[in-house]
Amino acid sequence: MSTESQALPETDPVAGRAAPVRPRRRQSTSHGERPALLVRILATALLILAAGYFLLPVYWMLVASTKSSSELFSTPGFAFADLQLGHNLAELSSYDGGIYWRWVGNTIVYSVIGSLLTVAVCAACGYALAIFRFRGRALLLAAVLGSLLVPNTVLAQPTYLLVVQLGLNNTYWGVLLPSMVFPFGVLLCTIFAQSSIPPELLEAARLDGAGELRIFWMIGLRLMSTGVVTVLLFAFLGSWNNYMLPLLVLTDQKLMPLTVGLTGWNSSAITIPGLQILVVVGSLVSVLPVMLVFIALQRFWRSGLTTGAVRL
Amino acid sequence: MSQVSLERPVRRPLRTGGLSTRLAPYGFVLPFVVLFLVFLIGPILMAVWRSLFRTRVSSGLGFTGTPETVFVGIENYLKAFGDAAFVAGFGRVLLFGLVQVPVMLIFALGLALLFDSAAVRLKRSFQIMVFLPYAVPGVIAALLWGFLYQPGVSPVVGALHSLGIQVNFLSEGTVLWSLANISIWCYTGINMIILYAALQSVPKEITEAARIDGAGELRVAWSIKLPMIFSALLLTTLSSVIGTLQLFSEPNVIRTITSNITGSYTPNMAIYTTSTAAQDPHLGAAMAVILGAVTLLLSLVVLRVSKPRSGVNQ
Repeated sequence: MSTESQALPETDPVAGRAAPVRPRRRQSTSHGERPALLVRILATALLILAAGYFLLPVYWMLVASTKSSSELFSTPGFAFADLQLGHNLAELSSYDGGIYWRWVGNTIVYSVIGSLLTVAVCAACGYALAIFRFRGRALLLAAVLGSLLVPNTVLAQPTYLLVVQLGLNNTYWGVLLPSMVFPFGVLLCTIFAQSSIPPELLEAARLDGAGELRIFWMIGLRLMSTGVVTVLLFAFLGSWNNYMLPLLVLTDQKLMPLTVGLTGWNSSAITIPGLQILVVVGSLVSVLPVMLVFIALQRFWRSGLTTGAVRL
Repeated sequence: MSQVSLERPVRRPLRTGGLSTRLAPYGFVLPFVVLFLVFLIGPILMAVWRSLFRTRVSSGLGFTGTPETVFVGIENYLKAFGDAAFVAGFGRVLLFGLVQVPVMLIFALGLALLFDSAAVRLKRSFQIMVFLPYAVPGVIAALLWGFLYQPGVSPVVGALHSLGIQVNFLSEGTVLWSLANISIWCYTGINMIILYAALQSVPKEITEAARIDGAGELRVAWSIKLPMIFSALLLTTLSSVIGTLQLFSEPNVIRTITSNITGSYTPNMAIYTTSTAAQDPHLGAAMAVILGAVTLLLSLVVLRVSKPRSGVNQ
């Protein structure tokens, strides 16, 4: 990505052929060269400011999680005090019978298992929409497109009413099943399947005697894997962010995801002062792994997330 | 579907258009269709249906307190529209959106243009920093910013204070913008990535040609890059507007540290409060239907307003 734009100066016919020994003298930004030093400094300064803004709460969280409850209020917020992280972690793990780790487990069920199930449903449907011509295909496509305009949160309260009606409130399924409906994921899978699976290949596989499910599993899924990973990412973020529905559907602490549990602690912190530091440490422990995964998987979200969004 | 298709192939390899192939698509779409009908269409029908009823506790002779559900037509809708706090919530999120969406998108676009220009190094690292908040759920972002807004804990308030600036992030007038800041923090990154990707797909020959003709960098950005990424701008605007109307997590969290956010501060909070604390799911359903309709209407308006231009660019 970056190499393309960096290659720019050399291709510029105005001054590119002349040896760009002292680019500062003649070229300002207006000539498409590598911009003047002043502009570059200004741009970098702006970016450093922006980066500071985006990292500030994260940095504060890192610092604050190492402090004791009283130091949280008495010491400067952006400076480390006594390193108490170990003690805080132990406190976090033991508070209320270790309910925190139960929430971590629940979040893994809702987010990791949930997004895997969601992807399976979306990939199968998107694959079929892209590969086969069948009765009702146009209607299904229209329904998928139309439902993109219905945001999840609007559905939270109605879904809650339905979940109660079905007797699924206070169960894992009450949160899992509704979040598995992901029309945007179906659309992405359709687009990716359409552009990456050559029909002749499937035809050849059929001639060789492979069954449809086997073709989907061995050929289809593999060829559309970028799309599948993208949908997995979106689905994961969706359920990782999910708040209103579980808040409505779950009243049993033991079934709550981290988001609901931690905000519960946060509201109790008014009467139980020691909880405040646990909210901070709990946030750190839950957010840090996801951030690391984000950084590790950047190849995927850079290509997948963006192609997905741009192709729409 | 699988069973059917797996038995046959070896014996009759040439029947590619066979029964299994014809039935296969239905098998593939079945899980989604069932879930779609039950958990997307189902709730909508449910909400519309439930919004037409009311639970009345009959205080008849002898038996007191038997709840009874009666059909009331559009009474719940009239009640919702008559509820000043609910209606004010719409005004509040619209005001929020009018400020937050442009600020965030200009911020995201500015960053994307910077990353797209040749003016910066370490692009990838900077991009990750901008995008990182997207890994933080809105609720946890609100928890963190909540600490940074609270006098006593917040180093930001402390620093401003020592500079002689008295600031209260949680007062009646400022809290809405403190919420806007949380949304900007969370979602600038994803919008930047989408816009940046769109900018990268602008053909280099076109921007080159413009530069040769003497167009400045700003002119190239304004006259070429922006029109060419119009559909990406539209997408980000649309999803931001929808997100604004749905505002729930952030105010619901910040609510615990200030009394300036009421239980019906945003439409979604009103729906939540009505359905839980006020125990009136019927009125809550009516409110949800209204919010859904307004959201749909607004998205269609955004699409319509931008249609003539997007037609040119496609």
